[in-house]
Amino acid sequence: MKIQVLGTGCAKCKSLEKAVREVVAQNGIDAEVTKVEDIMEIMKFNVMSTPALVVDGKVVVKGRVPSNDELKQILTNKIFLI
Amino acid sequence: MKWNRKIGWTLLALPVWYLLYSNLQRFADGLVGLFPGLSAGAPLTEALRFFVFEFPKVLLLLVLIIFFVGIVRSFFTPERTRKALEGKNTFVGNVMAAMLGIVTPFCSCSAIPLFLGFVESGVPLGITFSFLIAAPMINEVAVVLLYGMFGWNTVLIYISTGLVIAIVAGWIIGRLRLEKWVEEWVYATHFEKGETEDEKISFSQRIEMGLTAVREIVSKVWLYVALGIAVGAGVHGYVPAEFMASLMGKDVWYAVPLSVLIGVPLYSNAAGIVPIVSVLIEKGAALGTALAFMMSVIALSLPEMIILKKVLKLPLILTFAAIVATGIMLVGFLFNFIM
Repeated sequence: MKIQVLGTGCAKCKSLEKAVREVVAQNGIDAEVTKVEDIMEIMKFNVMSTPALVVDGKVVVKGRVPSNDELKQILTNKIFLI
Repeated sequence: MKWNRKIGWTLLALPVWYLLYSNLQRFADGLVGLFPGLSAGAPLTEALRFFVFEFPKVLLLLVLIIFFVGIVRSFFTPERTRKALEGKNTFVGNVMAAMLGIVTPFCSCSAIPLFLGFVESGVPLGITFSFLIAAPMINEVAVVLLYGMFGWNTVLIYISTGLVIAIVAGWIIGRLRLEKWVEEWVYATHFEKGETEDEKISFSQRIEMGLTAVREIVSKVWLYVALGIAVGAGVHGYVPAEFMASLMGKDVWYAVPLSVLIGVPLYSNAAGIVPIVSVLIEKGAALGTALAFMMSVIALSLPEMIILKKVLKLPLILTFAAIVATGIMLVGFLFNFIM
Protein backbone atom coordinates (compact mmCIF):
# COMPACT_ATOMS: atom_id res chain seq x y z
CA MET A 1 0.00 0.00 0.00
CA LYS A 2 1.27 3.45 -0.86
CA ILE A 3 0.43 6.23 1.57
CA GLN A 4 1.14 9.87 0.79
CA VAL A 5 0.71 12.80 3.15
CA LEU A 6 0.19 16.06 1.27
CA GLY A 7 1.18 19.23 3.03
CA THR A 8 3.27 22.33 2.54
CA GLY A 9 4.88 22.18 5.94
CA CYS A 10 2.30 23.61 8.31
CA ALA A 11 1.94 22.32 11.84
CA LYS A 12 -1.15 20.23 11.06
CA CYS A 13 0.61 18.61 8.11
CA LYS A 14 3.42 17.47 10.37
CA SER A 15 1.04 16.08 12.95
CA LEU A 16 -0.82 14.12 10.26
CA GLU A 17 2.42 12.60 8.98
CA LYS A 18 3.42 11.68 12.52
CA ALA A 19 0.03 10.12 13.27
CA VAL A 20 0.05 8.12 10.04
CA ARG A 21 3.51 6.74 10.74
CA GLU A 22 2.43 5.81 14.27
CA VAL A 23 -0.69 4.01 13.14
CA VAL A 24 1.21 2.16 10.41
CA ALA A 25 3.90 1.03 12.84
CA GLN A 26 1.51 0.06 15.64
CA ASN A 27 -0.71 -2.05 13.44
CA GLY A 28 1.99 -3.60 11.32
CA ILE A 29 0.46 -2.21 8.14
CA ASP A 30 2.52 -2.97 5.08
CA ALA A 31 2.82 0.48 3.61
CA GLU A 32 5.27 2.99 2.29
CA VAL A 33 4.65 6.43 3.77
CA THR A 34 5.91 9.51 1.94
CA LYS A 35 5.40 13.21 2.45
CA VAL A 36 4.59 15.36 -0.56
CA GLU A 37 5.58 18.98 -0.04
CA ASP A 38 5.86 20.28 -3.58
CA ILE A 39 2.88 22.49 -4.31
CA MET A 40 2.64 21.40 -7.96
CA GLU A 41 2.52 17.77 -6.90
CA ILE A 42 -0.15 18.58 -4.31
CA MET A 43 -2.26 20.41 -6.88
CA LYS A 44 -2.23 17.33 -9.10
CA PHE A 45 -4.45 15.68 -6.51
CA ASN A 46 -6.90 18.55 -6.83
CA VAL A 47 -6.60 19.28 -3.13
CA MET A 48 -7.17 22.81 -1.82
CA SER A 49 -6.99 22.29 1.89
CA THR A 50 -3.91 20.72 3.39
CA PRO A 51 -3.08 18.41 5.03
CA ALA A 52 -4.48 15.59 2.93
CA LEU A 53 -4.04 11.85 3.03
CA VAL A 54 -3.70 9.84 -0.16
CA VAL A 55 -3.88 6.05 -0.20
CA ASP A 56 -2.91 4.30 -3.41
CA GLY A 57 -3.44 7.46 -5.39
CA LYS A 58 -6.85 8.23 -3.91
CA VAL A 59 -7.52 11.24 -1.66
CA VAL A 60 -9.19 9.91 1.48
CA VAL A 61 -8.92 12.80 3.92
CA LYS A 62 -8.39 16.50 3.34
CA GLY A 63 -8.12 19.61 5.43
CA ARG A 64 -8.11 17.91 8.79
CA VAL A 65 -6.18 15.56 11.01
CA PRO A 66 -8.29 12.51 11.90
CA SER A 67 -7.86 10.80 15.25
CA ASN A 68 -5.55 7.78 15.42
CA ASP A 69 -8.62 5.52 15.75
CA GLU A 70 -10.11 6.89 12.56
CA LEU A 71 -6.78 6.63 10.76
CA LYS A 72 -6.51 3.01 11.82
CA GLN A 73 -9.96 2.34 10.41
CA ILE A 74 -9.13 4.08 7.16
CA LEU A 75 -5.84 2.30 6.71
CA THR A 76 -6.85 -1.19 7.81
CA ASN A 77 -10.37 -1.53 6.45
CA LYS A 78 -9.74 0.82 3.59
CA ILE A 79 -13.11 2.41 4.21
CA PHE A 80 -12.77 5.35 1.93
CA LEU A 81 -14.47 8.42 3.21
CA ILE A 82 -14.38 10.11 -0.14
CA MET B 1 -21.59 3.66 20.61
CA LYS B 2 -18.54 5.68 21.37
CA TRP B 3 -19.76 8.50 19.16
CA ASN B 4 -23.16 8.61 20.80
CA ARG B 5 -21.57 8.95 24.19
CA LYS B 6 -19.66 11.91 22.89
CA ILE B 7 -22.84 13.63 21.73
CA GLY B 8 -24.38 12.94 25.16
CA TRP B 9 -21.50 14.50 27.03
CA THR B 10 -21.49 17.51 24.74
CA LEU B 11 -25.21 18.11 25.29
CA LEU B 12 -24.70 17.81 29.02
CA ALA B 13 -21.88 20.34 28.87
CA LEU B 14 -24.19 23.10 27.60
CA PRO B 15 -26.23 23.63 30.81
CA VAL B 16 -23.03 23.33 32.84
CA TRP B 17 -21.53 26.04 30.66
CA TYR B 18 -24.56 28.25 31.26
CA LEU B 19 -24.41 27.76 35.03
CA LEU B 20 -20.74 28.66 35.12
CA TYR B 21 -21.18 31.67 32.88
CA SER B 22 -24.13 33.12 34.75
CA ASN B 23 -22.42 32.81 38.12
CA LEU B 24 -19.04 34.25 37.17
CA GLN B 25 -19.45 37.56 38.95
CA ARG B 26 -20.42 35.83 42.19
CA PHE B 27 -17.49 33.47 41.79
CA ALA B 28 -15.05 36.32 41.12
CA ASP B 29 -16.32 38.38 44.08
CA GLY B 30 -16.19 35.32 46.32
CA LEU B 31 -12.65 34.52 45.30
CA VAL B 32 -11.44 38.06 45.88
CA GLY B 33 -13.33 38.13 49.17
CA LEU B 34 -11.37 35.11 50.42
CA PHE B 35 -8.38 37.36 50.95
CA PRO B 36 -9.10 39.62 53.90
CA GLY B 37 -6.12 41.86 53.06
CA LEU B 38 -7.77 43.08 49.88
CA SER B 39 -10.02 46.01 50.62
CA ALA B 40 -12.68 46.83 48.07
CA GLY B 41 -11.84 49.85 45.92
CA ALA B 42 -8.06 49.58 46.26
CA PRO B 43 -6.29 49.45 42.87
CA LEU B 44 -4.83 45.96 43.48
CA THR B 45 -8.20 44.53 44.53
CA GLU B 46 -9.93 45.97 41.50
CA ALA B 47 -7.19 44.73 39.16
CA LEU B 48 -7.52 41.22 40.61
CA ARG B 49 -11.29 41.30 40.47
CA PHE B 50 -11.05 42.39 36.82
CA PHE B 51 -8.78 39.46 35.99
CA VAL B 52 -10.62 36.67 37.83
CA PHE B 53 -13.83 37.79 36.18
CA GLU B 54 -12.64 38.59 32.66
CA PHE B 55 -10.33 35.66 32.07
CA PRO B 56 -12.80 32.82 32.74
CA LYS B 57 -15.51 34.81 30.97
CA VAL B 58 -13.51 35.15 27.77
CA LEU B 59 -12.37 31.53 28.01
CA LEU B 60 -15.94 30.27 28.35
CA LEU B 61 -17.10 32.40 25.43
CA LEU B 62 -14.20 31.16 23.33
CA VAL B 63 -15.04 27.52 24.01
CA LEU B 64 -18.72 27.95 23.15
CA ILE B 65 -18.32 30.06 20.02
CA ILE B 66 -15.39 28.11 18.58
CA PHE B 67 -17.34 24.90 19.11
CA PHE B 68 -20.31 26.18 17.11
CA VAL B 69 -18.13 27.82 14.48
CA GLY B 70 -16.30 24.49 14.13
CA ILE B 71 -19.60 22.72 13.47
CA VAL B 72 -20.77 25.37 11.01
CA ARG B 73 -17.44 25.16 9.19
CA SER B 74 -17.79 21.40 8.78
CA PHE B 75 -20.54 22.20 6.27
CA PHE B 76 -18.29 24.42 4.18
CA THR B 77 -15.30 23.11 2.30
CA PRO B 78 -13.00 25.04 -0.04
CA GLU B 79 -14.24 22.77 -2.84
CA ARG B 80 -17.87 23.71 -2.27
CA THR B 81 -16.98 27.37 -1.95
CA ARG B 82 -15.09 27.22 -5.22
CA LYS B 83 -18.01 25.61 -6.93
CA ALA B 84 -20.31 28.34 -5.66
CA LEU B 85 -17.97 31.03 -6.98
CA GLU B 86 -17.28 29.57 -10.41
CA GLY B 87 -18.62 31.69 -13.20
CA LYS B 88 -20.01 34.35 -10.87
CA ASN B 89 -19.83 37.85 -12.25
CA THR B 90 -18.11 40.62 -10.38
CA PHE B 91 -19.73 42.27 -7.43
CA VAL B 92 -22.21 39.48 -6.71
CA GLY B 93 -19.20 37.18 -6.78
CA ASN B 94 -17.22 39.53 -4.54
CA VAL B 95 -20.04 39.70 -2.01
CA MET B 96 -20.42 35.93 -1.96
CA ALA B 97 -16.66 35.36 -1.76
CA ALA B 98 -16.27 37.70 1.20
CA MET B 99 -19.12 36.03 3.09
CA LEU B 100 -17.89 32.53 2.30
CA GLY B 101 -14.46 33.69 3.46
CA ILE B 102 -15.87 33.96 6.98
CA VAL B 103 -17.28 30.44 7.18
CA THR B 104 -14.91 28.39 5.02
CA PRO B 105 -12.13 26.79 7.03
CA PHE B 106 -8.93 28.58 6.13
CA CYS B 107 -5.41 28.67 7.40
CA SER B 108 -2.75 30.89 5.91
CA CYS B 109 -0.60 27.81 5.28
CA SER B 110 -3.06 26.59 2.65
CA ALA B 111 -3.43 30.01 1.01
CA ILE B 112 -1.41 28.87 -2.01
CA PRO B 113 -3.27 25.64 -2.85
CA LEU B 114 -6.48 27.55 -2.32
CA PHE B 115 -5.43 30.42 -4.57
CA LEU B 116 -4.32 28.01 -7.30
CA GLY B 117 -7.45 25.91 -6.94
CA PHE B 118 -9.70 28.97 -7.30
CA VAL B 119 -7.88 30.67 -10.16
CA GLU B 120 -7.33 27.45 -12.12
CA SER B 121 -11.00 26.61 -12.09
CA GLY B 122 -11.94 30.01 -13.44
CA VAL B 123 -12.85 32.00 -10.35
CA PRO B 124 -11.89 35.59 -11.34
CA LEU B 125 -8.87 37.13 -9.64
CA GLY B 126 -10.80 39.89 -7.88
CA ILE B 127 -13.31 37.43 -6.44
CA THR B 128 -10.48 35.20 -5.23
CA PHE B 129 -9.02 38.23 -3.48
CA SER B 130 -12.31 39.08 -1.78
CA PHE B 131 -12.14 35.60 -0.28
CA LEU B 132 -8.47 35.85 0.66
CA ILE B 133 -9.01 39.20 2.38
CA ALA B 134 -12.14 38.26 4.33
CA ALA B 135 -10.89 34.86 5.51
CA PRO B 136 -8.16 36.06 7.87
CA MET B 137 -9.64 39.51 8.58
CA ILE B 138 -12.90 38.28 10.08
CA ASN B 139 -11.81 35.92 12.75
CA GLU B 140 -13.93 34.09 15.30
CA VAL B 141 -11.47 34.64 18.15
CA ALA B 142 -11.63 38.38 17.51
CA VAL B 143 -15.43 38.19 17.47
CA VAL B 144 -15.46 36.51 20.89
CA LEU B 145 -12.99 38.92 22.41
CA LEU B 146 -14.66 42.02 20.99
CA TYR B 147 -18.01 40.78 22.25
CA GLY B 148 -16.60 40.03 25.69
CA MET B 149 -14.93 43.40 26.02
CA PHE B 150 -17.17 45.80 24.11
CA GLY B 151 -20.45 44.06 23.32
CA TRP B 152 -22.41 43.30 20.17
CA ASN B 153 -22.23 46.78 18.64
CA THR B 154 -18.51 46.54 18.19
CA VAL B 155 -18.76 43.01 16.82
CA LEU B 156 -21.25 44.19 14.20
CA ILE B 157 -19.03 47.12 13.26
CA TYR B 158 -16.07 44.77 12.96
CA ILE B 159 -17.81 42.16 10.81
CA SER B 160 -19.64 44.58 8.53
CA THR B 161 -16.67 46.85 7.87
CA GLY B 162 -14.43 43.81 7.34
CA LEU B 163 -16.89 42.51 4.75
CA VAL B 164 -17.12 45.86 3.00
CA ILE B 165 -13.32 46.13 2.78
CA ALA B 166 -13.01 42.59 1.38
CA ILE B 167 -15.79 43.17 -1.17
CA VAL B 168 -14.60 46.57 -2.38
CA ALA B 169 -10.88 45.71 -2.39
CA GLY B 170 -11.53 42.53 -4.38
CA TRP B 171 -13.80 44.41 -6.75
CA ILE B 172 -11.12 47.07 -7.37
CA ILE B 173 -8.44 44.43 -7.96
CA GLY B 174 -10.80 42.75 -10.44
CA ARG B 175 -11.50 46.03 -12.25
CA LEU B 176 -7.80 46.88 -12.52
CA ARG B 177 -7.24 43.65 -14.47
CA LEU B 178 -4.07 42.70 -12.66
CA GLU B 179 -3.86 39.15 -14.04
CA LYS B 180 -0.59 40.21 -15.69
CA TRP B 181 0.95 40.40 -12.22
CA VAL B 182 0.15 36.81 -11.39
CA GLU B 183 3.12 34.50 -12.00
CA GLU B 184 2.85 33.21 -15.58
CA TRP B 185 2.97 29.54 -14.64
CA VAL B 186 -0.26 29.86 -12.66
CA TYR B 187 -2.32 30.37 -15.81
CA ALA B 188 -0.01 28.26 -17.99
CA THR B 189 -0.33 25.02 -16.08
CA HIS B 190 -3.53 23.11 -16.02
CA PHE B 191 -4.22 20.61 -13.40
CA GLU B 192 -6.43 17.70 -13.97
CA LYS B 193 -9.79 18.69 -12.61
CA GLY B 194 -11.30 15.45 -11.53
CA GLU B 195 -14.65 15.75 -9.83
CA THR B 196 -13.94 15.23 -6.18
CA GLU B 197 -16.81 14.01 -4.16
CA ASP B 198 -17.56 15.51 -0.82
CA GLU B 199 -16.49 13.64 2.21
CA LYS B 200 -19.54 12.11 3.84
CA ILE B 201 -19.53 13.38 7.38
CA SER B 202 -21.89 12.18 10.07
CA PHE B 203 -23.35 14.46 12.71
CA SER B 204 -21.18 12.95 15.42
CA GLN B 205 -18.13 13.65 13.28
CA ARG B 206 -19.22 17.27 13.03
CA ILE B 207 -19.43 17.48 16.81
CA GLU B 208 -16.01 15.90 16.93
CA MET B 209 -14.74 18.58 14.53
CA GLY B 210 -16.21 21.29 16.77
CA LEU B 211 -14.46 19.79 19.78
CA THR B 212 -11.20 19.49 17.85
CA ALA B 213 -11.41 23.15 16.86
CA VAL B 214 -11.95 24.10 20.52
CA ARG B 215 -8.96 22.03 21.62
CA GLU B 216 -6.70 23.37 18.90
CA ILE B 217 -7.58 27.04 19.17
CA VAL B 218 -7.96 27.31 22.93
CA SER B 219 -4.67 25.52 23.60
CA LYS B 220 -3.03 27.96 21.20
CA VAL B 221 -4.52 31.22 22.43
CA TRP B 222 -5.29 30.90 26.16
CA LEU B 223 -1.89 32.19 27.19
CA TYR B 224 -2.20 35.28 24.99
CA VAL B 225 -5.66 35.90 26.37
CA ALA B 226 -4.37 35.58 29.94
CA LEU B 227 -1.42 37.89 29.28
CA GLY B 228 -3.56 40.41 27.44
CA ILE B 229 -6.14 40.52 30.22
CA ALA B 230 -3.43 40.66 32.89
CA VAL B 231 -1.90 43.68 31.17
CA GLY B 232 -5.41 45.06 30.85
CA ALA B 233 -6.07 44.48 34.57
CA GLY B 234 -2.81 46.17 35.53
CA VAL B 235 -3.39 49.17 33.32
CA HIS B 236 -7.01 49.25 34.50
CA GLY B 237 -5.93 50.04 38.03
CA TYR B 238 -2.74 52.01 37.60
CA VAL B 239 -2.49 54.01 34.38
CA PRO B 240 -4.28 57.36 34.24
CA ALA B 241 -7.44 57.21 32.18
CA GLU B 242 -6.56 59.74 29.51
CA PHE B 243 -3.04 58.48 28.99
CA MET B 244 -3.54 57.45 25.35
CA ALA B 245 -5.81 60.34 24.42
CA SER B 246 -2.99 62.61 23.29
CA LEU B 247 -1.44 59.85 21.18
CA MET B 248 -4.40 57.96 19.72
CA GLY B 249 -7.34 60.19 20.58
CA LYS B 250 -10.04 61.36 18.23
CA ASP B 251 -8.39 64.68 17.50
CA VAL B 252 -5.08 63.20 16.41
CA TRP B 253 -5.85 62.78 12.71
CA TYR B 254 -2.55 61.10 11.78
CA ALA B 255 -3.04 58.41 14.44
CA VAL B 256 -5.16 56.32 12.05
CA PRO B 257 -2.66 56.06 9.15
CA LEU B 258 0.19 55.70 11.61
CA SER B 259 -1.55 52.82 13.45
CA VAL B 260 -2.20 51.06 10.15
CA LEU B 261 1.40 51.54 8.99
CA ILE B 262 2.65 50.08 12.24
CA GLY B 263 0.07 47.30 12.18
CA VAL B 264 0.57 45.99 8.63
CA PRO B 265 3.98 44.32 9.06
CA LEU B 266 3.12 43.17 12.58
CA TYR B 267 1.82 39.68 12.87
CA SER B 268 -0.13 38.48 15.84
CA ASN B 269 -3.18 36.38 16.37
CA ALA B 270 -6.40 38.05 17.36
CA ALA B 271 -6.14 36.65 20.87
CA GLY B 272 -3.06 38.71 21.58
CA ILE B 273 -4.15 41.91 19.92
CA VAL B 274 -7.73 42.42 21.12
CA PRO B 275 -6.96 42.73 24.85
CA ILE B 276 -4.29 45.29 23.99
CA VAL B 277 -6.76 47.18 21.85
CA SER B 278 -9.25 47.20 24.71
CA VAL B 279 -6.61 48.70 26.99
CA LEU B 280 -5.79 51.37 24.39
CA ILE B 281 -9.47 52.30 24.18
CA GLU B 282 -9.96 52.35 27.92
CA LYS B 283 -7.08 54.76 28.25
CA GLY B 284 -8.42 57.23 25.75
CA ALA B 285 -7.59 55.90 22.27
CA ALA B 286 -10.40 56.49 19.77
CA LEU B 287 -12.41 53.38 18.77
CA GLY B 288 -11.77 53.89 15.04
CA THR B 289 -8.03 54.23 15.53
CA ALA B 290 -7.84 51.16 17.75
CA LEU B 291 -10.02 49.06 15.40
CA ALA B 292 -7.90 50.12 12.41
CA PHE B 293 -4.79 49.04 14.27
CA MET B 294 -6.32 45.66 15.13
CA MET B 295 -7.57 45.00 11.60
CA SER B 296 -4.26 45.85 10.00
CA VAL B 297 -2.45 43.50 12.36
CA ILE B 298 -4.69 40.50 11.71
CA ALA B 299 -5.63 41.07 8.06
CA LEU B 300 -2.26 41.90 6.57
CA SER B 301 1.00 40.38 7.63
CA LEU B 302 4.49 39.99 6.30
CA PRO B 303 4.54 36.16 6.53
CA GLU B 304 1.34 35.92 4.49
CA MET B 305 2.74 38.19 1.79
CA ILE B 306 5.92 36.12 1.61
CA ILE B 307 3.79 33.01 1.10
CA LEU B 308 1.77 34.77 -1.63
CA LYS B 309 5.00 35.82 -3.36
CA LYS B 310 5.15 32.28 -4.79
CA VAL B 311 2.15 32.95 -7.01
CA LEU B 312 1.92 36.75 -7.22
CA LYS B 313 4.41 39.28 -8.51
CA LEU B 314 5.53 42.03 -6.20
CA PRO B 315 3.46 44.85 -7.76
CA LEU B 316 0.27 42.85 -7.18
CA ILE B 317 1.17 42.12 -3.56
CA LEU B 318 1.90 45.80 -2.99
CA THR B 319 -1.33 46.87 -4.71
CA PHE B 320 -3.29 44.36 -2.63
CA ALA B 321 -1.68 45.57 0.61
CA ALA B 322 -2.18 49.23 -0.34
CA ILE B 323 -5.87 48.78 -1.21
CA VAL B 324 -6.64 46.85 1.98
CA ALA B 325 -4.63 49.26 4.14
CA THR B 326 -6.48 52.22 2.59
CA GLY B 327 -9.79 50.50 3.28
CA ILE B 328 -8.85 49.94 6.90
CA MET B 329 -7.80 53.59 7.26
CA LEU B 330 -11.11 54.79 5.84
CA VAL B 331 -12.94 52.60 8.35
CA GLY B 332 -10.82 54.09 11.13
CA PHE B 333 -11.59 57.66 10.05
CA LEU B 334 -15.28 56.87 9.61
CA PHE B 335 -15.64 55.55 13.14
CA ASN B 336 -13.68 58.35 14.69
CA PHE B 337 -15.98 60.71 12.84
CA ILE B 338 -19.34 59.19 13.77
CA MET B 339 -18.70 57.92 17.30
